[in-house]
Order: sequence, then C-alpha cells, then structure tokens
Amino acid sequence: MAAMIEIRGLEKHFGPLRAVDGVSFDVHRGEVLGFLGPNGAGKSTTMKMVTGFLSPSAGTVHVCGHDVASDPVAAKSVLGYLPEGAPAYPDMTAEAFLRFIADIRGFSGSERARRIADAVSKARLEGVLHQPIETLSKGYKRRVGLAQAILHDPPVLIMDEPTDGLDPNQKHEVRALIRDMSKEKAILLSTHILEEVEALCTRAIIINKGRIVFDGTPEAFEAKAPADVTKNRMDWVFRSVTTGDAETNGAAQNSAPATVGGDA
Amino acid sequence: MKHTITIMKREFAGYFATPVAYVFIVIFLLLSGFFTFDLGGLYENRQADMQAFFRWHPWLYLFLVPALSMRLWAEERRSGTIELLMTLPVTLPQAILGKFLATWAFTGIALLGTIPTWITVNYLGDPDNGTIIAGYLGSFFMAGGFLAIGSATSGLTKNQVIAFVLSVVLCLSFLLTGLPPVMEWLDTVLPKLAVDTIASFSFLSHFDDMSRGLIEGRDLVFFGSMIAFFLFLNALVLDARKAH
Ligand SMILES: Nc1ncnc2c1ncn2[C@@H]1O[C@H](COP(=O)(O)OP(=O)(O)OP(=O)(O)O)[C@@H](O)[C@H]1O
Ligand SMILES: [Mg+2]
Repeated sequence: MAAMIEIRGLEKHFGPLRAVDGVSFDVHRGEVLGFLGPNGAGKSTTMKMVTGFLSPSAGTVHVCGHDVASDPVAAKSVLGYLPEGAPAYPDMTAEAFLRFIADIRGFSGSERARRIADAVSKARLEGVLHQPIETLSKGYKRRVGLAQAILHDPPVLIMDEPTDGLDPNQKHEVRALIRDMSKEKAILLSTHILEEVEALCTRAIIINKGRIVFDGTPEAFEAKAPADVTKNRMDWVFRSVTTGDAETNGAAQNSAPATVGGDA
Repeated sequence: MKHTITIMKREFAGYFATPVAYVFIVIFLLLSGFFTFDLGGLYENRQADMQAFFRWHPWLYLFLVPALSMRLWAEERRSGTIELLMTLPVTLPQAILGKFLATWAFTGIALLGTIPTWITVNYLGDPDNGTIIAGYLGSFFMAGGFLAIGSATSGLTKNQVIAFVLSVVLCLSFLLTGLPPVMEWLDTVLPKLAVDTIASFSFLSHFDDMSRGLIEGRDLVFFGSMIAFFLFLNALVLDARKAH
C-alpha cells in the first residue's frame, strides 16, 4: 500500500539556520504518528511544509500521491490541518466559520449542513456555535480548529499540538476522537506530552535540531531506557536522544549518556 | 471563481461584523458632503454638475482607502489565519482577488450612498447625467487602484498601522505626480521623457478626464492595469513573506 504522506529529504533553511535538515519518513493509513522534539526542533516547520504553507528549501512531500509543490490544491483538498495555536477568524461565530470552511471545501445544501453538524458533534461545539470565536476559551477555540480540520473527513490529518492547553477532560475527549478516526486515516500529530504517545500513537518520531533522532513504536522508544529507570522512562529516553549527540541516529544509538538521570 | 466568491463573501461580511463598515461609510458620506457643499460650493457654482463633488474624491480616498485595506493581509498575518487560508484548497490569486473584490464592492456601496447628492443636483438644475455617470465610474476605478496599492502594502507587514502609513505614502505619490507645482519642479530636475512617464502614472490626471465626462478606454485600462500590477505584486510579496 502506498504511503499517504511521503516525505523525502525535506529541508528548510532560515538564513544560516537549518530548521529542518534532511527529514524523510512515510505515514500510512491507520497510523497515528506522534511527532516529538524539544522546542524549536522543527516540528511545526515540517508540518507547514507538508501542508504546503511553506515551500521547502530542498526535498519533496507527497500527500495521497499529490506532489505538494507542483499540485498544491489537490494535496490540500485531501488533508485536514490544525495549525499551531488553532488560528481562526476571531470576529466570526463558530458556525459562520465552519460554514466558510465547508464552502471552500466545496460542500453545499444539505451535504454542507450534514458535514457541519457532524464536525460540530465530534468536536462537541453545540453550546458555543453562535459565539464569536474571539470570546471562546482556549479549549473551545482549539476544538473549533479541530472541527475545521475534520469537516471534510480527510484521509490525511495533520495536527500541531492538538491537545495543548486543554483541561484533562478535554484532552481525554480529543484523544478519543483522534483514536476513533485513526483506522481510516493517516494522522501526523505533534505533542510535548509523552503519555499521549503511549495512549494514542502507533509510532513516534523524535526530531532534534531538524533531524530525526528516533523513529519507531512507542514500545521500542520506552525500551531504550535502561532497566534501572523505573519512573518516567519515556522522559528519560527523550532527554537522552535530544540532549545527547544529535548526529547519532536513533537506530544506531544504543547507549544513553550517563549524565542524564532518571529523575522526574 | 467559486472560491474567489466564497472568500469575497467572508471578507465582506467581516466589515459588517465590526464597526469598521459603519464608521467608514458615515465618514465617507460626511466628508464628501462637506467637501462638495461647503468647500466645493455646489450652491454658489450656479452650475448644475458634480465637479466639486468628484474633485475631492482623490483626497478623500487618500486616507479612507488605506484605512479600509490595511487589515486585508496584515490582520491575517498577525492572527495566524493566513496559515489556515493558505492551506485550504485555494490558490493565492483566488484569495487575493476575493479579498480585493470585497473591499472594492464595499467602496462601491459607499459611493452608492452618495446618490442623494446626485438627486439634489438634478433637483437644482439640469446636469449632464452622462458626465456624472462617467465621474462615478472614474471614482470607482480610482478607488480600485488605491485599494490594490493598499492590499499590496498590507501584505508586507503584520502591523496595520505600518500598512496604513505605507499605503498613504504610496497613494500620495500617485496623486502628487499629477499636481502642476510638483510637475514643474520635476521638470527642472529630470529629463522630459522621465517627467512625461511619471505624469502618465498620475491617478489625478486619469481621474480628471473621467470626472469631466470623458470615458476613455485608456483611463479605464490605466486603472485596470494598476490594479492588476499591484495585486500581482501583492502575490509576490505574500508568497515570499507569508511565514514571517
Ligand atoms: N519564519 C521563520 N523565520 C526564521 N526562523 C524561523 C521561522 N520559523 C521558525 N523558525 C525557527 O526554526 C526553528 C524550528 O521552529 P519550529 O516552530 O518548527 O519548532 P517546533 O519544533 O515546532 O517547536 P515548538 O515545540 O516550540 O512548537 C526554530 O529555531 C525557529 O526559531
Ligand atoms: Mg511548534
């Protein structure tokens, strides 16, 4: 089966800075890929190139077979994207905003109404539909962003920190929603919450300074911690791969620096 | 085309979601009334035409149009919605055109609001209504030219105030090049060919023709090409700087 997202040799340079420096990976249907890395590692920049917002300095991205650089509209129509911070037009109501998105996505009439109702119920927005988005709480704002991203039931879903700023209940609901959708879709999401990877993801990629330092299952990720680390094992591995030598590839790396301890 | 209209509708509704629309229309109507009846002396002229009314439009637009266009892209960039818009299945030209058309339609509505002035003139005398229609058309196209400049400068920055100042300065330069004192001064420092070239880009002289009733293809083509040129520039700027 062909990959739904295919990234090859992706690079983005901002002046002298290589924010993304040779990233390649595939995401298949049914996969929920957790994209991890310290602040400034290049997660958002990678996602912006996958979704066609930024053009890469080098490398290619294909989404469902469409080259993002040469056929951006085709690629954008098969993907749903929740940008970092869930931007939305502040003076529109949630309902007007979703109607705008539905129009742009090419839905009309009863089909449009059905799509909006579906996204609204999945994101649990019923109570705030008629409120201007600028008056919504952070959590609801993010759900509007989520509803916008899933409105057209896209085969590829890209979410930049979808649970950031949500309370524990909302986090739980959003994770359940993502899990429900995951069978039919290829999902790429970034997060700083390592438990989320365990709870949600079928695979994790850690990037550091623009390069992939780990690519594998959450179990393999956790297994990299030595047996004597009993608490926060994922934290331990995260620190060891991102504060250690970034040149060392995850697959090749088998010894973590002794200086990073297992303390919480 | 459908996408352009969807974006246009959203942008247009956005003007009415905030007081911007009402403030703009009221100020436009008040000022155009003031300039026409007071400074322009529509009553004293004893001549039933709308010369006095149209004469002030370039100067009214100089400040009002940048106020209208400054948020077009600067606000998208500041709030991050540009990332949302540019990752929806629309092309950059569709988005630029949709937003531009929304503001242009809006100035059209403000212009329609001055129809009572036209009726008054008809009541007072027997004007040449063909000339007046040409004036309205010229005014509308000139507003389009200013708006395209404003849209392009709005794409340069996240800051609406900077966008406003930049577009006032640019619009002003397209007006000043039509003023006799400025042209006389330019004559003394530049070769004739350069001065003529600069003069041919003057919004004032192209608008003057039209407000005196001369609908000439070349004036419409002039404003049309100014719009196309600045919207093209807008696309280049946004493509290069949208993420900054
Ligand atoms: N438009 C830009 N111009 C210059 N540098 C940029 C730009 N956008 C991002 N960067 C830089 O690129 C690097 C990667 O940033 P990016 O936003 O991708 O990080 P991230 O992994 O998403 O971090 P976080 O976890 O904090 O969201 C950072 O050093 C950032 O400062
Ligand atoms: Mg980020």
